[in-house]
Amino acid sequence: MLPARHEPPDATPGPLVRPYWLVRGRTSLTGEMLDVVSMVHAVATFAPDPTELEPEHLAVHELCARPISVAELAARLKLPLAVVRILLADLRDQGMVRIRRPRPAGLTDIRLLREVADGLRRL
Amino acid sequence: MAYDDCDASGEDSHGDSWAPVAVKILIAGGFGAGKTTLVGSLTEIRPLRTEEDLSGPGALIDTVVGVDRKRTTTVAMDFGRITINEGLVVYLFGMPGQERFWFMWDDLSYGMLGAVVLADTRRLADCFPCIDYFEHRKTPFVVALNCFDGSPDHETSEVREALDIDAHVPVVRCDAREPASCGDALVTLVEHAAAQRASDPLAPATQPASR
Repeated sequence: MLPARHEPPDATPGPLVRPYWLVRGRTSLTGEMLDVVSMVHAVATFAPDPTELEPEHLAVHELCARPISVAELAARLKLPLAVVRILLADLRDQGMVRIRRPRPAGLTDIRLLREVADGLRRL
Repeated sequence: MAYDDCDASGEDSHGDSWAPVAVKILIAGGFGAGKTTLVGSLTEIRPLRTEEDLSGPGALIDTVVGVDRKRTTTVAMDFGRITINEGLVVYLFGMPGQERFWFMWDDLSYGMLGAVVLADTRRLADCFPCIDYFEHRKTPFVVALNCFDGSPDHETSEVREALDIDAHVPVVRCDAREPASCGDALVTLVEHAAAQRASDPLAPATQPASR
């Protein structure tokens, strides 16, 4: 029998830079709040002003090579949602990503609901 | 602004389909009701979850009467994904039910299809705040009784009476560990949302958060 596997306590020491340092202390967006299921897609490779970008911006951009939700980005990068939202707003301002908000719930039509129900039944 | 907005009809104003349509379903319920398990049963991706040990700050507030085997409490959201087809994706968010987390629910309410209130019949009162929240905002919801080993075998009619919910709100049984059972609860929710929509097509399905 194999011995129980114990991770050394410092196996995941956490980020060396505090997340809010990455966004220079900003805690909210000037524009509209990005929804957790807004979809993001990379549209450009080079930033007009690379000095404005941190490596984390580039990590976000890389993950957006295929459309991905804001929540999944935060999960994969292990960063707080609030931080990811600000990084994304920076990328958007640099024209490096496009973002699509979800439909408001009030506009969810019957046809879409039936499509969801049928899809769930097939699981 | 590089937003690809939706116009008033809900159609993509640019007419292309570079990203799937995303809808949200909230999995709500009291502490230890099985939200994390349910999201984990249905998600096709590794669920994102943030858990804090009971010795953390939550220990001062959360009680564990009748939930002696659960050792951690979820203090942030569990998050999962179900791809319906290439153009349509359902996101599941498991959220703590206590009122102090409602600000997180408000953040999620935009585009929310509805909610599953997961109830632990040993501590039914824990889901009262969730039900109040969804009733107040006219969000479609169903109550799912999570059938734990050893949990009392209540009739759904008894639970409906105890929760004092409207007759049209479905109450179902489910086993949060069983994907098929959880899927049935979601289907019940979506059908209920469709029925609610059909009966009052002009009403917003969910009241927008007041921010």
